[in-house]
Amino acid sequence: MNPALARWLQAPSIILLFLWMIVPLSMTIWFSTQRYNLLYPERSGFVGFSNYEFFWTDPAFFPALTNTLILVGSVLLITVVLGLAVSILIDRPFRGRGIARVMLISPFFIMPTVSALVWKNMLMDPNNGLFAAFANALGLQPIEWLQDMPLFSIIIMVSWQWTPFAILIFMTSLQSQDQEQKEAATLDGAGFWSQFYNLTLPHLARPISIVILIQMIFHLAIFAEIFVTTSGGPGVQSTNLTYLIYIQSQQAFDVGVASAGGVFAIILANIVAIFLIRAIGKTLTV
Amino acid sequence: MTDKQREHLKNRIAVVFAWIAAVLFFFPIFWMVLTGFKTESQAIAIPPLLFFEPTLENFTEIQARTDYSHFAMNSIITSFGGTLLAMLIAIPSAYAMAFNSGRWTKDILMWMLSTKMLPAVGVLMPIYLLSQKFGLLDTKITLVFIYAMMNLPIVMLILFNYFREIPKEILEASRMDGTSTFNEIVHIVLPLAWGGIASTALLSIILCWNEAFWSIVLTTTEASTLTAFVASFQAPEGLFWAKVSAVSTLAVAPIVVFGWFAQKQLVQGLTFGAVK
Repeated sequence: MNPALARWLQAPSIILLFLWMIVPLSMTIWFSTQRYNLLYPERSGFVGFSNYEFFWTDPAFFPALTNTLILVGSVLLITVVLGLAVSILIDRPFRGRGIARVMLISPFFIMPTVSALVWKNMLMDPNNGLFAAFANALGLQPIEWLQDMPLFSIIIMVSWQWTPFAILIFMTSLQSQDQEQKEAATLDGAGFWSQFYNLTLPHLARPISIVILIQMIFHLAIFAEIFVTTSGGPGVQSTNLTYLIYIQSQQAFDVGVASAGGVFAIILANIVAIFLIRAIGKTLTV
Repeated sequence: MTDKQREHLKNRIAVVFAWIAAVLFFFPIFWMVLTGFKTESQAIAIPPLLFFEPTLENFTEIQARTDYSHFAMNSIITSFGGTLLAMLIAIPSAYAMAFNSGRWTKDILMWMLSTKMLPAVGVLMPIYLLSQKFGLLDTKITLVFIYAMMNLPIVMLILFNYFREIPKEILEASRMDGTSTFNEIVHIVLPLAWGGIASTALLSIILCWNEAFWSIVLTTTEASTLTAFVASFQAPEGLFWAKVSAVSTLAVAPIVVFGWFAQKQLVQGLTFGAVK
């Protein structure tokens, strides 16, 4: 193939992605400096940083930021620890392993709105839900999950969806672990923990960091689970930054403030993305 | 107890725990499917029913009670359309990059992946207002385009990796025979990379099918996909668990099966190629 043709073939993907990135991005940055509310189109003009100021002096901003960090941090901890445990448990030959594997990763393929509804209604509902039935059977007071611990409930739902992702990645990586090395270690009398620390964990170091970074990108943007279950409430108890910006744009119709929030979200995601891109760059061979 | 027996016992215990984990993780899905076969009163019965006389009513009357096929059709059109568009753009590009890689190829691919990390909410306002301005709110075309752009970086990367695995000798031999680039792609590269292309498409379809931000924000009814449709049951009046479960079961079933088949691509695609 001659180089000119190669360039022509590459052009569409590069140009389209460039436009897809640069047009909305510059518009967001532009809007964030403008007075722009869809309800009051006559008021307009450059306002400098006052949209930003409005966004982060909003009484909901700090709770939303804390909720975002708690949500991302807890889900990461749960999914990585559980994912490691389960993938090590399943990393041995046994009958029905294929079925167990499929059962374990299935939650990851459930659309987020469905999983949110299943948890909200059939499991966590304080009157007719399964958890309430268990509590009643044990003579306990059923927990009002979404009322009393909304953020924790969402952490559970998201962890249920994403632990399978961690399992899938760790399981795949464990398959490439040197079995002879493990057998030698066993013969030398190395116990489970010693093997785990000295062989398995170093082998999984990269996959673990990749899983953490990718989940951070996705979890900073959690939306559907909150939209379907708590709508960010009660109050702002389960509002994260994504949901707060959504509220600003779709309910307050404040384009300026929503865009300032958007810029903030982009910066936050980029901090993570820098590390992720570096990690990916090491494996991409051209 | 000998070492061997102890090792054996440990293994047995691990397997038992593996099964416990599998059952726990799968249980909500099982429960959803089961509820789809209950009547509404059975669905909210206290204590919850594990054994009951199953009814197919929720499935057979799904169309009468909800406009299921409309939303299913939208999901099919947008995920297949978005995937098709992404593949049409990506196949020639990834091909050119794989066989004519230059100094910038790696940087271009990395940059493409970085666009995937832009949070959707960060560009919510521009996308919303642009769609509104051009009369494209609540249309399938908008979703098709967005889904194609969303998945293009991942599709490019996986295809790039597949194409690179094709032995260069085969192509060189055909070039000696004077095959044109078009014929080269159609008659040599595509048949060789067919499996990879199909499973990449599968991954893209899964990601589009489950997309739940743009479909909720940009559609109302006309172009709503199943994710947005299911989200509409969040309201208290949507307390028809059996009906919702039947809808949900139908909505997730094909994708869960696709997912089982696309595991390998999923690992590669979702880790941006960092874990293979």
